[in-house]
Amino acid sequence: MTEKKEPKKKKEKVPRQAMPAQEPVERAGNFEEVPLGYPPETAMLEATRCIQCKDPRCVAGCPVGIDIPGFILAIEEGDFARSIRILKESNALPAICGRVCPQEDQCEILCIIGVKEEPVAVGRLERFAADWEMAQPETELPESAEPTGKKVAIVGAGPAGLTVAGDLIVKGHEVTIYEALHKPGGVLVYGIPEFRLPKEIVYYEIENLEKMGVKIIYNMVIGKTLTVMDLMEDEGYDSVFLGVGAGLPWFMDIPGENLNGVYSANEYLTRANLMKAYLFPKYDTPLVTGKKVAVIGGGNVAMDAARTALRMGAKEVTVVYRRSRKEMPARIEEIHHAEEEGIIFELLVNPARIIGNDDGWVTGMECIRMELGEPDDSGRRRPVPIKGSEFIVDVETVIVSVGTGANPLMTKSTPGLGLNKWDYVEINEKTGETSLPGVYAGGDIVRGAATVILAMGDGRVASRAMHAHMMGEELVFEEEENGEE
Amino acid sequence: MFEIKKKTTLAHDVHSIEVEASYIASKTLPGQFVIIKINEEGERIPLTIADSHPKRGTVTLIFQEVGKSTMQLGGLSKGDFLEDVVGPLGIPSHLEKLGLVVCIGGGIGIAPVHPVARGFKNAGSKVISILGARSRDLLIMEKEMVKASTEIMICTDDGSYGQKGFVTNLLEDLINNGSPIDLVVAIGPVPMMEAVCKLTKPFEIKTMVSLNPIMVDGTGMCGACRVTVAGKTKFVCVEGPDFDGHQVDFAELRLRQRMYLKEEREAIESLTYIGE
Repeated sequence: MTEKKEPKKKKEKVPRQAMPAQEPVERAGNFEEVPLGYPPETAMLEATRCIQCKDPRCVAGCPVGIDIPGFILAIEEGDFARSIRILKESNALPAICGRVCPQEDQCEILCIIGVKEEPVAVGRLERFAADWEMAQPETELPESAEPTGKKVAIVGAGPAGLTVAGDLIVKGHEVTIYEALHKPGGVLVYGIPEFRLPKEIVYYEIENLEKMGVKIIYNMVIGKTLTVMDLMEDEGYDSVFLGVGAGLPWFMDIPGENLNGVYSANEYLTRANLMKAYLFPKYDTPLVTGKKVAVIGGGNVAMDAARTALRMGAKEVTVVYRRSRKEMPARIEEIHHAEEEGIIFELLVNPARIIGNDDGWVTGMECIRMELGEPDDSGRRRPVPIKGSEFIVDVETVIVSVGTGANPLMTKSTPGLGLNKWDYVEINEKTGETSLPGVYAGGDIVRGAATVILAMGDGRVASRAMHAHMMGEELVFEEEENGEE
Repeated sequence: MFEIKKKTTLAHDVHSIEVEASYIASKTLPGQFVIIKINEEGERIPLTIADSHPKRGTVTLIFQEVGKSTMQLGGLSKGDFLEDVVGPLGIPSHLEKLGLVVCIGGGIGIAPVHPVARGFKNAGSKVISILGARSRDLLIMEKEMVKASTEIMICTDDGSYGQKGFVTNLLEDLINNGSPIDLVVAIGPVPMMEAVCKLTKPFEIKTMVSLNPIMVDGTGMCGACRVTVAGKTKFVCVEGPDFDGHQVDFAELRLRQRMYLKEEREAIESLTYIGE
């Protein structure tokens, strides 16, 4: 019999708490955030579901090694200030990670509660604690160590660079970030849409870093305005971190791709998010979205583009993906949100050519149906065209979201920087160090297109090594703990 | 913030501004461009760097008022600020000592061809420059171009100055006179560059053009600026702006330049409205 009164068992009876969200019909017409966050009582209730494992598996799944049971216990006890303090010990950007981390593949997938029921909602709780702090009149900033007199340059104000900045400013170093765009945040601002990650939240987290002393210089393209050597030699930095992101969008190399109305997802999202084209003509940057839109690709970026197109006024948005749903790289939650909003999925379909009119505008797209064959290099079954299955769809806008390649601006202007065969930067995985002494790298310019939290994890690895390098200390590796995944 | 240190009006709706941007000034080479954004609401637009002054820490930008952003830019004065200026972007023009280089500037294109002509001349090449404008009052930088060239030829569409006709007429004369031309550099409106390339192709005279398509980030991230060159898609911002004109798909480029015509009109209307 299992009816014995034991407090821990009782905790498990609480089901995973849902997060209130904007109704699909309503939200598809606005750019406001979709999930609305836990109210305090829901957060505290959800926190009771954590059984405070002695040897928590969830922590090992977190790329930045957050003390997950610790911050959840603080929420359970209603001590939200302590909760956010614990989070910030390992993560400079909790409000962001609480929203965009794929928790279901990292911490939550390892949660012991998840074996029999749904796992503890770690991400939602992280977001709760971070949002709570933002609502307070004063933010508690971590204390910085005595100044070391060492100078660090960070290239790119995206998730990897911001993590390094947060880590190293606390250690007492002078930290300057060089950002190519006119706003900070990298993909958090130009790529991830407002309705998934309000920019106000990103800027709030970055302002905190600035309050701690991090300097950000905008409009600096490293490789053009200054080179990495300029930073090391002329500007006198003791160490440099390269977190420039992935860069060049791929196209499919099919006829009609340069017709008007064809966008890379990067361009579509940059116009909408960074340049605020949804507020045109108050904001000057235009973005043309037809009534019928096709988004090519099955990743998170494709979901973001599809949902943005809907909010830009499209009546029908179709995601066209050449494999099946199982192979879609997008987070399940994102696919689910897209479906709820009425996005159509054409799976096992590949575009063959884009058709245009005499004015150079897209009018349609020829597609071909696919079936899955043998597994390819990525381990996923390779899609093979079915002969004679071609069909034409009417579309006015095509958004290509099939990945990005390495941007050569920085890498090619840095002699001696070791690159792999895809032109991504080669690093020592334990330290983030590149082939150039004192120069470290992380995020998409090392991995190719990956996730925000992996970029932050890279930043964490590099910042420890950079600190040791600058202080002339030996780098001690923690026993085992977080594996590289 | 980037201060406008000097502003001169060169012709009707054509202005030259000198902008404080010391890092950019010290790195700029002929053929490169900047992306500017006037204010928070502004769009990012590419402008060729007409000149750089490393000692003063400034760059010169020359532009014509054609859309909302350039009209707003034209309305700024000395002491005003641009919110963002980023560069120098693009691959610099390849300059070397050649026998004869013909540098063609059409309209506002004279501004970007100027540093290229000067560069070739300084490298020891003979430079014949052909300048074209719709009419005399729209012709800019004649004095500067005289200095940057070995010889200069001028034409206007209406014949109000120089020879009546187009830059291609003058170039054709040069070719027919048997001048051994090693290179033609043509910068100006897309139809002009296309016409020059059409003329030089049968003679197999290498012709470089500098393209100025619509851009957003200017660092290779978005692909708005893609053009087809020799059947392959190129991003002008990182692989250009200079290309072999005989390989450029001008028809496609012309259509792509028109992508936001409707929105541009709407933006200008909203500007007029705000101004009232």
